[in-house]
Amino acid sequence: MILSALLHDDLVEPTLSVAGVALVADPSGALYEPRSGALVVADLHLEKGSSFARRGQFLPPYDTATTLGRLARLVEAYRPRAVVALGDSFHDGGGPDRLCEADRASIAAFQRGRDWIWISGNHDPEPPAACGGEAAAEMALGALTLRHKPRPGASSGELAGHLHPVAKVAIRGHGLRRRCFATDGARVVLPAFGAYAGGLNVRDAAFHGLFAAGALTAWMLGETGVYAVAGQGLRPD
Amino acid sequence: MSARCRSDAAAILPDRFLRWFADRGWTPRAHQLELMAHARAGRDALLIAPTGAGKTLAGFLPSLVELAEGSQSENAGLHTLYVSPLKALAVDVARNLTTPVSEMGLPISIEGRTGDTPPSRRKRQKQRPPDMLLTTPEQLALLIGDPGAVRLFETVRRIVVDELHALAPTKRGDQLALALARVKAIAPELTTVGLSATVKTPAELQRWLSDPRSRRGPAELVQIAGGAAPDITVHETDERLPWSGHGGRHAILEIYEQIRRHKTTLVFANTRAQAELTFQALWEVNDDTLPIALHHGSLDVGQRRKVEAAMAEGRLKAIVCTSTLDLGIDWGDVDLVVQMGSPKGSSRLLQRTGRANHRLDEPSKSILVPANRFEVIECQAAREAALAGEQDADAVKPGGLDVLAQHVLGVACGGPFDEDALYEEVVSTAPYETLDRETFSDVVQFVATGGYALKSYERFAKIRKTKDGLWRVANPATAQRWRMNVGTIIEATSLKVRLGRVRRTAAGGVGPAGFGGRVIGEIEEYFVETMTPGDTFMFGGEILKYEALIETELYVSRSSSEAPKVPTYVGGRMPLTTDVAARVRAMLDDRESWPRLPTQVREWLSYQQERSIIPNRNRLLVETFPRAGKHFLVAYPFEGRLAHQTLGMLLTRRLERAHARPLGFVASDYALAIWGLGDVSAMIDGGLLSLDQLFDEDMLGDDLEAWMAESALMKRTFRNCAIIAGLIERNVIGANRKTGRQVTMSTDLIYDVLRRHEPNHVLLRAARADASRGLIDLWRVADFLKRVKDHIEHRPLDRVSPLAVPILLEVGREPVYGAAQDALLREAAETLVEEAMGPEAAAKAQDRGPPSFLRAL
Repeated sequence: MILSALLHDDLVEPTLSVAGVALVADPSGALYEPRSGALVVADLHLEKGSSFARRGQFLPPYDTATTLGRLARLVEAYRPRAVVALGDSFHDGGGPDRLCEADRASIAAFQRGRDWIWISGNHDPEPPAACGGEAAAEMALGALTLRHKPRPGASSGELAGHLHPVAKVAIRGHGLRRRCFATDGARVVLPAFGAYAGGLNVRDAAFHGLFAAGALTAWMLGETGVYAVAGQGLRPD
Repeated sequence: MSARCRSDAAAILPDRFLRWFADRGWTPRAHQLELMAHARAGRDALLIAPTGAGKTLAGFLPSLVELAEGSQSENAGLHTLYVSPLKALAVDVARNLTTPVSEMGLPISIEGRTGDTPPSRRKRQKQRPPDMLLTTPEQLALLIGDPGAVRLFETVRRIVVDELHALAPTKRGDQLALALARVKAIAPELTTVGLSATVKTPAELQRWLSDPRSRRGPAELVQIAGGAAPDITVHETDERLPWSGHGGRHAILEIYEQIRRHKTTLVFANTRAQAELTFQALWEVNDDTLPIALHHGSLDVGQRRKVEAAMAEGRLKAIVCTSTLDLGIDWGDVDLVVQMGSPKGSSRLLQRTGRANHRLDEPSKSILVPANRFEVIECQAAREAALAGEQDADAVKPGGLDVLAQHVLGVACGGPFDEDALYEEVVSTAPYETLDRETFSDVVQFVATGGYALKSYERFAKIRKTKDGLWRVANPATAQRWRMNVGTIIEATSLKVRLGRVRRTAAGGVGPAGFGGRVIGEIEEYFVETMTPGDTFMFGGEILKYEALIETELYVSRSSSEAPKVPTYVGGRMPLTTDVAARVRAMLDDRESWPRLPTQVREWLSYQQERSIIPNRNRLLVETFPRAGKHFLVAYPFEGRLAHQTLGMLLTRRLERAHARPLGFVASDYALAIWGLGDVSAMIDGGLLSLDQLFDEDMLGDDLEAWMAESALMKRTFRNCAIIAGLIERNVIGANRKTGRQVTMSTDLIYDVLRRHEPNHVLLRAARADASRGLIDLWRVADFLKRVKDHIEHRPLDRVSPLAVPILLEVGREPVYGAAQDALLREAAETLVEEAMGPEAAAKAQDRGPPSFLRAL
């Protein structure tokens, strides 16, 4: 416990700030709030592979294990006091039932000794059955509001998912497209965390009106770091 | 024609046919009679003939005779199946057959079946089939998966496969081979004839046509000797020859002069960009406003058809085109072919040259226009290979497992199958003859439930083995989806190019201003990705300005700009073939052949000899030298761009490990150059780096594995395999832009997950096999490494050598992968942040990595 407190206070540098709250943007796509010790992940889309399989598209059945494995490394590194899954945690309502035992056990292991909140999303409006944790439509974290779908119009301190933001830059003749945190300092839309979750360009109409004019910055996920690119430099798809 | 032949004809052809030939002043040709005789004897046959030799009629003659003679009542069923790679060809052949049929008054019905055939006619064709059905491999595959397949095919007596040389080495060829095996299983008595242009190894195509192990044996070979030898010249110029580039602009006036002097000229370019440039340049000098047109795959289909029609009517003086006109319908009036840049291979040169003058007794004429100094040598080598009648080896390779998966599901859609029996049928085809039983089983399992070690999809199975031991399709929806996804051609995602104005919307987006203008063609997405609004590019012979991207359309306006931003890197270029590459090496090495080269090239080579050495044909020359604060290593393998790119990736990894601090590399068809911070010359001199070890074959082990894991080329290959095999549905892709993008992204995600959990999954095996023959050209890298083992010649130099100049001019035009992408992201962030916030803030904002304790993980 002491060790983890040390980590939080001294070593975790805040990356971006939303409504004055300093946050750490992890290259994996998770957001960590050091003061409360909450780790936020959006759009896990667990069991997306098996959801497609129902319709005869047999995507490799390892997406849930991969996503949870990534989460395990984060939990190990940050030792968060709470984990918030920001909605669309399961790809469809039948997802929790299709979980294999090993994956169900990893979720249970994460939940031991910490709070775990399932925020409801459009893919999973009902709280996942028999998956532990608490469920909520949205929640407050100090000055921050955590919900799945960003609420239209200006915001103060919203952390949301749903849109799967990706940003694209063109530099020296190369186009790079990466998942990103999209923020104007007043709200942040988190990238999708799930192994099979696709992305939507932040220049898409779906993002219009969410960010103050000219204030958008995309924190693009690289292999080893997150890179801030101002909105003016971003390319549409 | 000899008396013997005439009496043969009398014995083989019925009177009605003999009279028809005589009425037109013709006599049946020897090869036509030979094919008749083979068909009568129940033998398959391969007809190899240059264009203009009456191949098509020869292929159909046995069917026409049999149908004319036969007591076939009406509705006797389908007799002859004709398959061609081109829809247009099927239509054209139908037209050409109608003439003799109606002139002889034969009661034969001939119909085409392509993607454009209306549903009512398709339905009727299944119920009351014509005597002859002309179709494509994809349509045939669809018929195989139809529950009425047995009824439709059981009457077939004859199969004609056109342009077999073009089909056999491709995935469409794999698909066709499997479909034909199915038809033959239904109608074992039928005979097959393949029509082909000249190829290096006819035996391969003979085996392709008929199961080599069956009692029938391989197909008989019927060859028509080539007509007059082609007249191929390499263009010589008084202008200064460029060092690099592929434009060939220096020769435009002289090409224009040739066009003026000939009736109709086909100007072939290797890439669309090159075609655009050539077209533009020709019009700049077109003082006589000669009708010169442009034809390539990006132009609107309607536009292309118009050009083709004008060509057929003889209204055009010249067409600038790409490989789109390599195959297809013959035009009589072409009397000159101009090849811009190197043809890259002898077969392609012969094929293109053959487009001029479709008469056997006159030579076809072509002029090669080298665009740079190296290409002069290459063109000369290609010319000599073509005149020697050499063909490139385009070997039939082992069939794709992705194609097999699609076929297995198709067979199940047609009716229940026995796994062992289907295996026997599959291995009776040439592409799959070496397929082992276990791999076949893996493919069936893949089709059934995905074929994963983790058996979690059993309850969603697409096909199931029932109690009688037969596999059956699980439900009608599966068959429905299969039909929507048949085919092996994966189009690159493309965008429509539309002339039109845009307006800014209140929400900060863009929308069309009023009704959009005319669509002028399509353009690949990757090309658009390298541009930003305001950029200019050449398209359809005009300079256009990128206005905006709105959904799936690129809005453009006409630009008055004089210098368009044309792509410097263009995918889809064919690499230099092995045989022409060997000739180039030999030509360089052999001083006796130098006098055949133009003065400028000779001088260049002499300088090289003075400053460094000329690459020996059996050894690998490696030069190292400093330049502009960096250290360069340039190797000259002459193995083609794709193989060099792979080699570059692998060598860079190894140099990294040797602490030579490489920064980047660039590959051309001849050479590759790697640059970095470490002084490679000194490292080699001091024994810190061994070139023999650097080029050791063991780089194809772990280094290759590690690189393939992250290679964008592998991911692209995997995506194609996943679509063909039915893992991802094709009809979803491109349905709308957002979905298209997400699916593109997802196949990369799927690749990553699958590779980590089941590196030996059947789809990864399929993708690796494809990549090693295709985008990464692995077999060539392997052959090369074996060849140069202990044969490396190192020349440390104090500055760049004359031979290295062309490759160094390519620097900065290559795509980047892997870790280099992070560096680019950082750079993007820096430049763009600086622009937006000023340098100080930028420096502050960028000092962010992951928390240090995470880096240690």
